[in-house]
Amino acid sequence: MSAITRDEVAHLARLSRLALDEGELDHFAAQLDQIVGAVARVAEVAAGDIPPSSHAVPLTNVFRPDEVRPCLTPEQALSGAPAVEDDRFRVPRILGEEA
Amino acid sequence: MSLIHKTAAELGRLVASQEASAVEVTQAHLDRIAEVDSKVSAFLHVDAQRALEQARTVDERIAKGDKLGPLAGVPIAHKDIFATDDMPTTAGSKILEGWRPPYDATVTRRLREAGLIILGKTNLDEFAMGSSTENSAYGPSHNPWDLSRIPGGSSGGSSAAVASFQAPLSTGTDTGGSIRQPAAVTGIVGMKPTYGGSSRYGLIAFASSLDTPGPFARNVLDAALLQEAFSGHDEFDSTSIDAPVPPVVEAARQGDVAGLRIGVVKELGGEGFQPGVLARFHETVDLLESLGAKVVEVSCPTFGYALPAYYLIAPSECSSNLARFDAMRYGLRVGDDGTRSAEEVMALTRAAGFGPEVKRRIMLGTYALSSGYYDAYYGQAQKVRTLISRDFEAAFHQVDVLISPTTPTTAFPIGERADDPMAMYLADLCTIPSNLSGNAAISVPCGLADEDGLPVGLQIMAPVLGDDRCYRVGAAVEKAFTDRWGGPLLSKAPTL
Repeated sequence: MSAITRDEVAHLARLSRLALDEGELDHFAAQLDQIVGAVARVAEVAAGDIPPSSHAVPLTNVFRPDEVRPCLTPEQALSGAPAVEDDRFRVPRILGEEA
Repeated sequence: MSLIHKTAAELGRLVASQEASAVEVTQAHLDRIAEVDSKVSAFLHVDAQRALEQARTVDERIAKGDKLGPLAGVPIAHKDIFATDDMPTTAGSKILEGWRPPYDATVTRRLREAGLIILGKTNLDEFAMGSSTENSAYGPSHNPWDLSRIPGGSSGGSSAAVASFQAPLSTGTDTGGSIRQPAAVTGIVGMKPTYGGSSRYGLIAFASSLDTPGPFARNVLDAALLQEAFSGHDEFDSTSIDAPVPPVVEAARQGDVAGLRIGVVKELGGEGFQPGVLARFHETVDLLESLGAKVVEVSCPTFGYALPAYYLIAPSECSSNLARFDAMRYGLRVGDDGTRSAEEVMALTRAAGFGPEVKRRIMLGTYALSSGYYDAYYGQAQKVRTLISRDFEAAFHQVDVLISPTTPTTAFPIGERADDPMAMYLADLCTIPSNLSGNAAISVPCGLADEDGLPVGLQIMAPVLGDDRCYRVGAAVEKAFTDRWGGPLLSKAPTL
């Protein structure tokens, strides 16, 4: 039985904001199925009472004083933007798509 | 000996004593790049004019009597995943083609402060995801030992540049082996410092809990000098360790293993390993014993699960980190014709701007983090991560360092594994455990495999913040082998 189906890959592509074509979906479905099948081996390790590690070296949150520091100018911040208008990032329509 | 064949330490000394100018040293390397990089393709971007300007500044400061660091005036090749405010920064991706960051990475800034001369930016697998540079959107780099083979990855442009004498030093980043594996297959030294020992600020993120900047060099001392130059606490990186840099330079000069306890990891060898790799490794074990080390076998039973755990954790973090490439604030934007929504433009841009491996990993990570699968995949992988750290902890109670081959095979031919992700992932089998546990690990050359005449790397793993031990053992192995071989391993490489 395959671990991951083509429909699931299409769903993952949507969640990942990747507009994949039919050929890519077929190709990735086969490869992801193989990869998921291989990495599922982590389940073989009995680790019920083992705490998970998100980081290798234990850390606590790091704070700094809330002081004004030099930062990027609007020109610098916008220097790589695909489209700019009035010192702002100009973006495609974002409203109405959920309607 | 020509300038390009000298060590970084020697070049720094020559520049400091004004026996050679930084401009001369830089020009010699720029000439070498012009001569050989059409064959090697190590660089994505070279800025000769900026490099010579920086070199002139160093020469002027030395003439004025300024006291600069040991690497002032020494050229370096910089992996194109570190932000540079005067050069494009692409991460090997079309989605960032031509992007010029408005700021420098901490590593970049420290290289400049140390007076290192940045020659240009080196090629890599897209967003550092790969083991061969074949995932670069700008084409693969080539192994100087055999141009039809991979130079390793993801930092393959950096390893190829140093191995082909285009630069004495280069930077890399190691998330699952991306410094040690390229160093091993090109016959040079590559070090993954302790996680948090070198800053991630301005490093384009792949897997934030694993990404670690580190040095490449042609010898152990040069690597230590470079690590020392760019390491240390950085308040701009919240996972940066607030502790002194381990005494890596001193250890590299010491290079003594008498009385040291060395563990051979039982699980990293045997089936699936190339015979020539194992032969060189066993020879190195004998060498270490003859130098007075006490070598024992150590078992790390969960290391066999490191690779599957890594290929859940790293893609999960990648799927989150790469969400920032949304076509809105920087980088590529595709399909914005005035009728499409932001979400449609985003999906079209990401489909056009990311290569296949990046797409695979984003989707794999999205899968591993999705509800219903989270516990079985990402959650379980995090538990395996704990067990791997415990294996290391137990091992370091018995021994001072652990050793293994760096890679199961020598450099494979370009194209051989390009569309077989699982085969490609196996290149990182021995290197991944140290990323998951965050400890220090280095690769140093230990000879050529009999069957193909290609370099083999020895991996030396030390505890968290025990970076100096990697250099100490690495330097001892380097000295003994250089004596035995009658010179460095790279002197056996073919002339380009």
